[in-house]
Order: sequence, then structure tokens, then C-alpha cells
Amino acid sequence: MRLALDDLGFDEGGQILVKRALRRIPEGGTLEVTGQAPALDVHLTAWARAEGHGLQWVERDGRPLAVLTRGDAETARWSGAERAGGPDPREPGAVVESPPQRWGLAARGATVEAGAPDFGFGLVSKNEVWADDAVRLYAQAVAAQWDPNTAVPWDAPVDLPDDVEDAVVQVMTYLVENETAALVVPSRFIAQLHPHFREVMQLLAIQAADEARHVEVFTRRATLTRTELGLSTVGGQQSLKTLVDEPDFAIASFLLSVLGEGTFLTLLRFLERHAPDPITGAVTRLAAQDEARHVAFGVAHLRRQLTGDPGLKTRLAQSVHRRHEALRQSVGLNAEVFDALVLLAAGSWELSALRRGSHLVAQLLRDMDEGRQAQLRRLGYAPAEAAELSALHTRNFM
Amino acid sequence: MAVWYTDGALIMGAVAYDPKVVAIWDGFRDYFERRGLEFDYVLYSNYERQVAAHVLGYVDVAWNSPLAWLETERLARLMGREARALCMRDTDRDLTSVIVTRADAPPRRLEDLRGTRVGVGARDSPQATLIPLGLLAEAGLRPDQDVEVVPFDVMPGKHGDHVGGERDAVQALLRGEVEAACLIDSNLLAFAQEGTLRPGSTTVLARTPPYDHCNFTVLDGVKPELVERFRELLLGMSYADPAVRPLLDLEGLKAWQPGRTSGYRQLQAAIAAFGTVDAFVEQLGARCV
Repeated sequence: MRLALDDLGFDEGGQILVKRALRRIPEGGTLEVTGQAPALDVHLTAWARAEGHGLQWVERDGRPLAVLTRGDAETARWSGAERAGGPDPREPGAVVESPPQRWGLAARGATVEAGAPDFGFGLVSKNEVWADDAVRLYAQAVAAQWDPNTAVPWDAPVDLPDDVEDAVVQVMTYLVENETAALVVPSRFIAQLHPHFREVMQLLAIQAADEARHVEVFTRRATLTRTELGLSTVGGQQSLKTLVDEPDFAIASFLLSVLGEGTFLTLLRFLERHAPDPITGAVTRLAAQDEARHVAFGVAHLRRQLTGDPGLKTRLAQSVHRRHEALRQSVGLNAEVFDALVLLAAGSWELSALRRGSHLVAQLLRDMDEGRQAQLRRLGYAPAEAAELSALHTRNFM
Repeated sequence: MAVWYTDGALIMGAVAYDPKVVAIWDGFRDYFERRGLEFDYVLYSNYERQVAAHVLGYVDVAWNSPLAWLETERLARLMGREARALCMRDTDRDLTSVIVTRADAPPRRLEDLRGTRVGVGARDSPQATLIPLGLLAEAGLRPDQDVEVVPFDVMPGKHGDHVGGERDAVQALLRGEVEAACLIDSNLLAFAQEGTLRPGSTTVLARTPPYDHCNFTVLDGVKPELVERFRELLLGMSYADPAVRPLLDLEGLKAWQPGRTSGYRQLQAAIAAFGTVDAFVEQLGARCV
């Protein structure tokens, strides 16, 4: 085989052409290279030696001709390489059950050189993390991203009685605290997840980004009329800390995404329905859209995991009992939040309005309970067990 | 509990020209020990100290520059012993050095360098100083008489293992502070590819014949069985082995080759002409014989 470089030197990309030509011949095969670039002979000599190719100079028609003999270094380098699954998760074998730590950060479907360092990812079992729905949910999440600046009518009038405005600010304060927990928990697991499970990693990342927007819009709504936010209580933080401290991915998903965000979804829809102003209505509606996806992923991956790990059902149930025990001495939902929800639903201090607000919040609690029970039944719990577990859920809602 | 010490180990000397040297020889030690060869290494800050330690028997094998090899060979002869080049890298064979000038300025022939300033690397660098100056001397251009030698003396004692001197010489050439610069062929390529030398900015005025570079040097009669096992294990290192490949990449080779001494003649002639190592050999030789 022959390659004419003409006046292209190794300082202008000539070696790329030589490499390509060498790949087309077998090891031990020869490639004749001609060229007129200055210093080509020096460059080619140094390059061939470093790459492990043989090189001889002969004279042909009165001109020097380089005869390269392909060495085996490149073949040797890739001889122990492995294909790290495949890019399309729908293809068989694309997402493997236990990706090795040595695949590390390599793109799924890449050829990985042998000898790469072992990473220390903690979540390496497909059964623990995967949901076939992750691909669809991620695509949906990307398409449903909204811009807080344009999606919320920030210029709409907010002219509420002071007490009602205070109630809105208190509820927003509570929402920010809870959404922060919902941001921190998946973020911790992203760093532990083997990147082979790319779609789950992406979904958790966008989930964290969703929560970041929620924190922003709830803060902006609270500070439209006030320079200070409302109250944060020990009981609320104790409840959320049990989520942040939970080291097990399945249990954290169960407590946060299925039970916590499931309950929150009902709360956000309640707030949207009874919002005293269009901005409160918009921010809770937008957040609820996102939370519905978070719940869907939690349910999807736990359902998949439960089929392969029958003992998980008991462990999840035990986690609800454990959390209940841990929080037994805490107050749970702070009274200010509860009162604020009643006032917000009432819209005024009128006795009849307060009575209506109180009934609506009582109905909200029943709706939350029914929502949780429905999710628990979807995970395979019998109705009586679902009712029992739902009743033990934290009084802080999340 | 006892401290970690193996009395019967094969001890190798190497020069610490870069922090990566520790990673390289730690890796080699693991490789040898996994295969049953007790091995350890000692780092020296310069080759002369290492050569002294070698001929005085403090180390069994030395990873030597070509100049350190010639020093050891001469000292061994003085002591009535024999030095042997055990193994070398594939990339230690058939190197060349070049003398380059700026493309936009004379000189055009070697003879045109008469009376000009020639930038070289470290004063003990075989590739960037001694061998190219030997080439000039053979062409009738004696250093410091017919040409002004401008050394870029980065890390003296390390025999030019550090690339800095050659880079400084080339940059001085580009700034017009010298009329020519001497460097090894692989650095001409590296400087071109990293952008230090723009395409077409320099001309190769002269190129040396091929010569050889480093080798593992042993003296006769020293731990012959361990030395033989060491040689076997080196030659058995495969670039296909993922545990070994990073070490070979760090040390810049694809395979070890048996040592040969035919590639040191140009350097031998140059140091004979310049008297480069005479005082050192004489001084150390007096202690050894």
C-alpha cells in the first residue's frame, strides 16, 4: 500500500493520514509513504519509533521512500477491551444487570480499554435502580421544563388581606423547606449511581433541577410582598432529616418519591384549587406537574424491583414503621402551617369561611391518605396493609 | 511485627528527573515481586552519584543514560571488570538529533554556522549537546572556537532527561538569540505538534546518524541469577497486559529489547574529543582501584 502526503507535514496533521492507512493493513504489513514536507523524514522517524512501527528508508526513482511496517501496539492496547453495553436501552443486553466498576464513566456502548481504574459506585445493580419507564419519563421531563420567569404571571395583582398573605408566606416557607429535601435526596444518589444506568441518572438530575425551580418560585412568591419568610420548626426538620439520612436507595425512593411526593402532589393540587391569587395558583400548578413525574418514576422502579426482590416489600413496610417510631416524639406538621392552610382555603376570617376552610383541610388529609393508599396498592400491598402504612406516614406530609 | 526489608533483593538505581519516576519504579517493583523477584530501587538526584554508587557496589543494576553507561564502562575497565547493557527500550534504539535554524534567516549550510551562536540543551545532554556538537566538530566547527555554544542548562547531572533545556534552546532560536538549536528528533516532532514550532518556521540544517539511548547496566558477577530473572521478566512484559501498559506508557516504550552497545560510538567519540567525563572518571576511578 502506498500513501502520498505531498507537502502535508506531521506538524499539520500528516500523522492522521498515516495512522488511517496503517489501520487498513495487517500487522507486519508495509506501507510506503512519500512526501515533500520539510523535516518529514525526522518527524516520521520519531513518530514511528514512539508508536512501535518499523521504518526503513529506501530510494525509489532517485527519491527517499519511507517503508513503514505496522507494529502490534495498537492491537495489543485494545486486545482486552470490553463493550460497555449498548446505547439503546430497548436493545437486549444494552443495560446489563451488574456493570463492572471498571467501566466507570465510559459512555454506555463505548469500547472500554482494559486496566481502567475501579470506581466506587454504590448503586450497581440494575434491579435496584432501573425502570423501563425511565426513558419515557426523562423525555417527558425534558419536554416539560418551564422557565420560572415566563411560566408564572409575576405581574398579576396580589392584594390579599394581611392575614391571608401571611398564611401564603408561611405555606411557601414550608414548601421551600420540603422541596429542598426533595432536591438533596436524589442528588446524593446521583453520585452513587453507576453511570451505566444513564437514563436513571439523567432523570434524577432533572428531578433535582425541578426542585431547584420549585425552591425558586416558592421563594419568589413569598417575597413578593414580604422581606422575611415564615417559620421553620424542629418537628418539620426532624421529619425531613430522616429522609436525608436514609442510605438505602429503594427506601429513600419509597419514603420520598412515593409517599412524600405523592402526599405533596395532593397538597399542591389543593393549593392550586384554593389559591387566593393567580401567582400562588401558577407556582403550585407547575410544581404539581413535575411532582407527578417524580412519583411515577418512584413507583415504576420500585414495582420492577419488587418483582425481582420479594423481601423488599417487607423492608419498605418496616421503613415506614421505623420512621414513624423515630418521629413519634416529634410534632410533625407545625401548627402555623396547618392554620395557614385553613385560612388560605377560607380566604378570610369570616366564621363561615373558616368553617369551610377547616372542612376543606380535613378533606385534604383524607385525600392525601387515599392517594397514599392507592400508591401502596399499586406496589402490591393488600388494602388493609396499605391503610395501616398510610396512617403511619409522617404528619409533616413529605 | 517486623519492618519490611529483604536482604537478598536486586537493587536498582535510577535518576529522579521527574516525580513520575516514583510511580514508574513502584509499579515495576510490584510487577517483579508478583512474579517472585525481590526487587527494590534507590533514586539519585544525578547520574554521576548513581554511577559512583553502582561501581562501589551499592546498587546491582543502574538505569543509565548513554553517558552514564559510558562512564560505567570506563570505570569497570579501570577496575578490571566488565559492564554489560542488559536491556533497553524499543524507543532507545536508532535515535537521531537535529540542528535546526530559522527558516526565514541564514545559515543554509553547516559551514554557515561558523562564528554564530548555537543553542544546546543541558551541558551533559548526549542528545541535545554532546552528539550534535560532535557532529559540528567533525565538520570542522569546534565548540567555543568556531561556534559559540550557548547552553540551556536545565537540571545538570540529569544528562538531558528533562525536556526543558531543548525547549529553551528552540525558543531562543525563535527569538533570534541563537542562530541554531540542537535537539532530539522526537522533540522536534513534539514541539511541532504542541505548537512551540509553527509549521515551516524552522529548517533542519543537519541530522546525526542514528544512536542509542538508555540501558539497564550491570557489572559482571553481581547476583547473576537475579539479574537473569530481571532480564527475563523485562523482556516478557507485554503491552497487551493492562497491568503493565500504564507503566510502559509512563516510561515511553512498547517493548523491552535486549541491550546493545553498538549505538554509543558517536557519543564515545564526542566525549573523547571534549574530555567531558575524564575528570569524573579519574577521580572516582582512584577510589575504586
